[in-house]
Amino acid sequence: MIHTIAFYLFAVLLIASAVLVIMSRNPVHSVLWLILAFFNAAGLMVLVGAEFIAMLLVIVYVGAVAVLFLFVVMMLDIDFAELRAGFVKNFPLGILLAVILLAELVLGFGAYRAGALKLGEADGTAGVIAGRSNIDSIGALLYGEYLFLFEAAGLVLLVAMIGAIVLTHRERTDTRGQNVSKQNKRRAEDATVNVKPEVGKGVTL
Amino acid sequence: MTAFFQSLGMNYEWAWFIATVCGILLIALPLMLAVAMIIYVDRKVWAAINLRRGPNVVGPFGLLQSFADGLKVFLQETIIPSAANKGIFILAPIVTFTVALGAWAVIPFDAGVVLADINVGLLYILAISSLSVYGVVMAGWASNSKYPFFSAMRASAQMISYEVSIGFILICVVLYAGSFNLTEIVVSQKGHGLGIVNGYVFNILLFPMWVMFFISSLAETQRVPFDLTEAESELVAGYQTEYSSMSFALFWLGEYANILLMCSLNTILFFGGWLPPVDWAPLYYVPGIIWFLLKTFFFFFMFSWVMATVPRYRYDQLMRLGWKIFLPISLLFVVLISGWLMFTRYA
Repeated sequence: MIHTIAFYLFAVLLIASAVLVIMSRNPVHSVLWLILAFFNAAGLMVLVGAEFIAMLLVIVYVGAVAVLFLFVVMMLDIDFAELRAGFVKNFPLGILLAVILLAELVLGFGAYRAGALKLGEADGTAGVIAGRSNIDSIGALLYGEYLFLFEAAGLVLLVAMIGAIVLTHRERTDTRGQNVSKQNKRRAEDATVNVKPEVGKGVTL
Repeated sequence: MTAFFQSLGMNYEWAWFIATVCGILLIALPLMLAVAMIIYVDRKVWAAINLRRGPNVVGPFGLLQSFADGLKVFLQETIIPSAANKGIFILAPIVTFTVALGAWAVIPFDAGVVLADINVGLLYILAISSLSVYGVVMAGWASNSKYPFFSAMRASAQMISYEVSIGFILICVVLYAGSFNLTEIVVSQKGHGLGIVNGYVFNILLFPMWVMFFISSLAETQRVPFDLTEAESELVAGYQTEYSSMSFALFWLGEYANILLMCSLNTILFFGGWLPPVDWAPLYYVPGIIWFLLKTFFFFFMFSWVMATVPRYRYDQLMRLGWKIFLPISLLFVVLISGWLMFTRYA
């Protein structure tokens, strides 16, 4: 009963906020609706017992990715009239994309109902490891069965990260950075001298 | 508690529902009271270190000062700036407050005294605390004023930076405990230090992690010396500049509820939660919740102490500390600790 109510609550909110993401006029509102959509999706995942994925969804997408979205959108000066002007021109492309996505959804559901989609072993013979928590079974799979793929994915991400840094990094010579350890080493005695000048003589620095 | 309501003749679902609502109220109402008192303690500690008296007019020893303040802000007029984005402006303090309360659902106050004893408790806390940045960002943006916006940018950069190292520190604790469940983490600390003392802080590999966690929790809650979001000399009052009345009070309550949460996390993760400090049988006669509250209060005292004695960091120093010092050290310790456990526990 509570399970059903919770499911419909999350599902309705998810669809409503997803619709509002594309309907709202203010892009900041769109991002905020998107965050609500992520949150409800996490709620649905908790309902099917995938609590680990749900938490990761909130931590990664809501906690990190959406914050960046929000900032980019807040900083941008978007001209709405110009955005809407291209609507008719891009309409066929949009329809095409929608059709492709729909076809993929149908294909996915078809494959799922045909029983080809099973988590567990590479040949899809076994299901989720029974009687173990989410984290346990995901860990056992990632570090046992799929260790090579997992490490390879990590390496690909590392290369991508280094590539992004190398591409955007530029050496600036016109700034004067500070050497923190040098600053911390500096003591009052190094910087000040105590002199007792005679009256009327002054000091030489 | 569900069983108790079932014994009154309700079916399981209603009993569960009412038990959960009661549990929420049993946590939230004392928490609000604790926040009011802890603000008083904060001001008293701060005053004592500054050789002042602090609040001493309302009630005996000024104990009712926070309630007087609460009544004052409650009776004030709510002002919404005409250029503000109204909906988000009103929503922001509500988000801050709700998120600050939400994380308490998985905090174990004593053995078995926890609203939701879930397997991914620690991840839930990470998820909820990563949400708390939205209250600040929304407030800063919706105010449509430059100082709140600067403050919101600082706050989000600061919270995201320190969340990374907090994540690695938590991984170290989880590696030792072997679980994300907060209750199991506390139980695994029993007799951890040579079988005498309870708490991961007495472990030579985890002690530096606790120091970093404490500093990161100061940064995460935007307390002095990391209160750049509210640096009054630069940003008026930061993201809450345009707020008044109850919406301001919600920010205030949320902030202190978050501070208490971080104090209790210090207690649970490193100081053995509801366990007594020493693993000695007579100490177990003291109820666990007393130990938990005492330890949490001790950490709050440390927070106030830091607030009264340490000057504010500069923004670049804050970022340097987070990314160039905490992140590499915590990463190194993840490797060290997992290596150590590999050779000792799982060999």
